[in-house]
Amino acid sequence: MKNQAFLSSVVAIILGLLFGLLIMIIANPFTAIPGFFTMIGGWLMNPEFLRRFGDLIFLTGPLILTGLSVGFAFKTGLFNIGATGQYTMGMFAGVWIGIYGDILGPLQWVVAFIAAMVAGGIWGLIPGLLKAKFNVHEVISSIMLNYIGMYTVNMWIQGDANLFNIAFSKTKAIDLNAYIPTTFLREVFTRSAIDLGIVLAIGFSILIYFILYKTGFGFELQTVGNNRYAAKYSGIKEDQSLILSMVIAGALAGAAGALYFLAKGSINSGNQYSVGNELLTAGFDGIAVALLGQSHPFGIVLSAFFISFIQRGGYFMQTLGIKVEIIDVIIAAIIYTSAMAMLVKDTLLKYFKRGGKK
Amino acid sequence: MLDITKIFPGVIANDQINLSLNRGEIHALLGENGAGKSTLMSVLFGLYIPESGQIKKNGQVIQIKNPNDANHYGIGMVHQHFKLVGVFSVLDNILLGAEPMKGVVIDRQRARKEILALSNQYKLAIDIDAKIEDISVGMQQRVEILKMLYRKNDILIFDEPTAVLTPQEIEELMKILKNLKAEGKSILFISHKLNEIMAVSDRVTVLRKGKSVGTLNTNETNPRVLSNLMVGREISFEVDKPEIKSQGIGLSVRQLTYVSPRTKKSIVNQVSFDVNRGEIVGLAGIEGNGQSELAYLIAGLLKPSQGQILIKNQDVTHLSVRKRNDLGLAHIPEDRHKYGLILDAPLYQNLTLKKYHLNPFQKRGIIQKKKWLELSSHLINRFDVRSGKGTQSLTRSLSGGNQQKSIIAREIDSNADVMLAVQLTRGLDVGAIEYIHSQILAQRNEGKAILMISLELEEIMKLSDRILVMYEGQIVAELNPKQTNKEMIGLYMAGGKPS
Repeated sequence: MKNQAFLSSVVAIILGLLFGLLIMIIANPFTAIPGFFTMIGGWLMNPEFLRRFGDLIFLTGPLILTGLSVGFAFKTGLFNIGATGQYTMGMFAGVWIGIYGDILGPLQWVVAFIAAMVAGGIWGLIPGLLKAKFNVHEVISSIMLNYIGMYTVNMWIQGDANLFNIAFSKTKAIDLNAYIPTTFLREVFTRSAIDLGIVLAIGFSILIYFILYKTGFGFELQTVGNNRYAAKYSGIKEDQSLILSMVIAGALAGAAGALYFLAKGSINSGNQYSVGNELLTAGFDGIAVALLGQSHPFGIVLSAFFISFIQRGGYFMQTLGIKVEIIDVIIAAIIYTSAMAMLVKDTLLKYFKRGGKK
Repeated sequence: MLDITKIFPGVIANDQINLSLNRGEIHALLGENGAGKSTLMSVLFGLYIPESGQIKKNGQVIQIKNPNDANHYGIGMVHQHFKLVGVFSVLDNILLGAEPMKGVVIDRQRARKEILALSNQYKLAIDIDAKIEDISVGMQQRVEILKMLYRKNDILIFDEPTAVLTPQEIEELMKILKNLKAEGKSILFISHKLNEIMAVSDRVTVLRKGKSVGTLNTNETNPRVLSNLMVGREISFEVDKPEIKSQGIGLSVRQLTYVSPRTKKSIVNQVSFDVNRGEIVGLAGIEGNGQSELAYLIAGLLKPSQGQILIKNQDVTHLSVRKRNDLGLAHIPEDRHKYGLILDAPLYQNLTLKKYHLNPFQKRGIIQKKKWLELSSHLINRFDVRSGKGTQSLTRSLSGGNQQKSIIAREIDSNADVMLAVQLTRGLDVGAIEYIHSQILAQRNEGKAILMISLELEEIMKLSDRILVMYEGQIVAELNPKQTNKEMIGLYMAGGKPS
């Protein structure tokens, strides 16, 4: 069963990539083939391998967490389309502590990280409460909260000279103590953005796996997701479970925001949030990651790595004059095919079975 | 249908079954749940492709690969769960898939005339403009029948058509079936209810474990022969009910009232009664007279507007479902798919659903999966729950009878002193019913207080020590089963009073 799930994702990826290749050939037949090979791995085969690989690992971390946020909600019967808003709130809380929390000393990054999770959790709590108490669908309320989150954060940042760098319309750099430690990693992967974030992200995926499959609490959450009525009948407090699911999902997305914005960045200047009237894509990438990873915490780690991998590939494809948007097309195609992959797999199995009989 | 064989992974659902249907006859297909009745009909209707075998109509071999083919050959089917669009009108549901066109628009006028003519011809009363979700189950079924007639089908398959109907609606359906037969339609009638088969069919084919065990003329057989054929052993219709000394009150309900928040009507109105330990109290009533709500109130799934509920003399009116369960309330819910089971979870999780939070199934919040599996295999053996992959079977894949058995296994295992049993045997076959009844009686004999809510009068008469009748939210009669009869209960159920 597990192997089949893995296989179907692989089939989906291959079909999605082929579809992407087709689009690239239509767009420009001359650059399509080299571009395609750049995307699927050529970009790493480079004298700068260690740096590029380090960056890849860094970018995988936040994707794992947004993927977990969406995937965890899926497992408990909720569609958390609001990961972007929770991510943005997490970013803000993290950056705020990163700038104002200098008295915290070496603990500053830890507190900033926790604050990000709390902020994301609160942003998940709202749709959870609305669903539990007033039966408002979480998709509607969390989409709205994406915008509310973004505009609120923009307003708060612009209104605070300590946070806002007017010249670049960005947040200011955070304190050195607020950066997630890089330990020895930067020495191995020189000049890359890598830090301990990846360890945190993988740690969270193990934790989520443990909660979902090994604890009674996780069983309750999944039961509510599977059948609200049966959960209620068996004595599970379904409203409470539902709210907690959203809070956990929100906290994970908030942690993703911290992971991305509390990073030192490759040239030690840090990642700064650009104040603009556009939603961040992080939360939506999380949906793709969760779908491709079939919402399994470990599947999500793999799929986050893969999506991050081809996103980077797309970035380097630009040197060949290929638009980076092609990557989004390919990811979308992969999601489509992964939805169909189960079907494809069944058809193939049937075909082989029949062949075997004759 | 000749030598039909259909194999599913792990099971031979149909093993070389032969079946012939004469024109203008009602042919019943009898068998336990999981005997292969529905599979056979699905083959005929093109939902499954058989591994081997042939289907002939009027002597010609025909190929049915999908329901459209079936329709082409005049075969129509009323499924157990209706295939209707809730927000469409009756008219549109009948047209759906066979729309009469006038250019690019649907010719509703013509269709309406045709349907009303059919409705008159076959005495199928419908409200053609009502939405499906607003009409009764009985009328929905008539819509399904009209759908087939409108498509000019002459072979009509009914898959357990009475499972969802009230006694009055069943009687109505029997008349309809006879009308259809009189008009020359051929009917395949799937059921496991012997009295219906005896009442309406001309011939009956009995299936057991995927094999046909014989076709008999209905007027040359009797229910006992049929049930023995179906189950493969003697079935006892009588139950052994020793006298039990009362052991105190198990469940009490005082002035319990539930007012619907939408209609402001009192669905349950000032209901009071006790259920003693070692006693089965049967609650009879026509569907929709507040019995379901009463059960939900007792279970804690609805909050009462007024009144009290006591379990073993302890007031539980404001306690949570979990607390009530832990105090000693078992509940076999009316809707086993909605409330009773997590269909998409493996069987072992369902069998542990009421205990998973207790030691030793959970220690410091960590699931002890081994204990879950031990308990489940024990229950599967003890209650003979049959499934493809044991504890790991997907609950959805079990037959209805085995699903219900697994709920009953779980609830009996909870060892609660009070049991709330609602529609215990709805949709189940004779063998399963016999088994479940014997289990419930055993619970009574062990001194459990059992409130049994049922629409089946036979069940009520057979098992109850006392009978309560509910009508429009109120208890209108308390009867002793030894001193009453079905007619009397029926009268109370309909709101009448014996003079």
